[in-house]
Amino acid sequence: MEWGTTIFYVFGAITLLSALFILFTRNILYAAFSLILTFVGVAGIFVLSGAEFIGVTQLLVYVGGILVLIVFGVMLTNRVKGQKVVSPVYQKFVGSIVGIGLFMLLMKGILEANFGAMQWMKTNEQQTSLKRFGMTLMTDYVVVFEVIGILLLVALIGAVYMAGKRKGVNDAS
Amino acid sequence: MMPVDHLLILGAGLFVIGFIVVTTRKNAIAVLIGIELMLNAANINLVVFSRFDPDFLQGQVFALFVITVAAAETAVALAIVLKVYRHFKTADLDKISELRG
Repeated sequence: MEWGTTIFYVFGAITLLSALFILFTRNILYAAFSLILTFVGVAGIFVLSGAEFIGVTQLLVYVGGILVLIVFGVMLTNRVKGQKVVSPVYQKFVGSIVGIGLFMLLMKGILEANFGAMQWMKTNEQQTSLKRFGMTLMTDYVVVFEVIGILLLVALIGAVYMAGKRKGVNDAS
Repeated sequence: MMPVDHLLILGAGLFVIGFIVVTTRKNAIAVLIGIELMLNAANINLVVFSRFDPDFLQGQVFALFVITVAAAETAVALAIVLKVYRHFKTADLDKISELRG
């Protein structure tokens, strides 16, 4: 087995194992830190699949931004001193049954479809370049790009407005 | 290169784990963590299929937009969770049942 494939499987294993840890732990803080590992694993898979820009964006946005937000959320919503931040689990049985059933369904679909045997899979595979990606983003998709920027701005202003304390509003009524 | 099938199975596994986390947790933040997992699973599939489309790269562009919308969604969701916590003094989704008829 060549090196690239081995590294690929290592990143896949990191992703899957840390996601399973999120599933089985009850401590929300441990789940949040395990989510970092999941994101790093997914970013590695992106980079090795030829999507370097998406991998870097994943690291910047998820690990640098969303994770910090989630940890702050844990800190601000569970202010009980000297106690572990645990989340109760309920309907474990039904949830796992539905989840495993969904997984079986997806597995069956993937294996039945047999994507590897399709003709365009074999012929078209080649390395994509970052320049190509930038050109596509700024020409064909430039309107969507701008719209998504405005959406992000509006969402951030709205979030700050909602979470901030305002005078004359009684919160704990 | 990893075969496409294995990557798709990895995506399916991540999605199902996120789904179980969303459906079985009571804490609002844990539910958010599950949603992030599901969005990542969708992104893996988009990027994997984008590998076979080097001229247009639609999958990668879409994955980028998914990441951006996920960031906006998390920010708004956490603001709502903070507000709910300040109002009800709990982040437990089962205890916030004011609208129950």
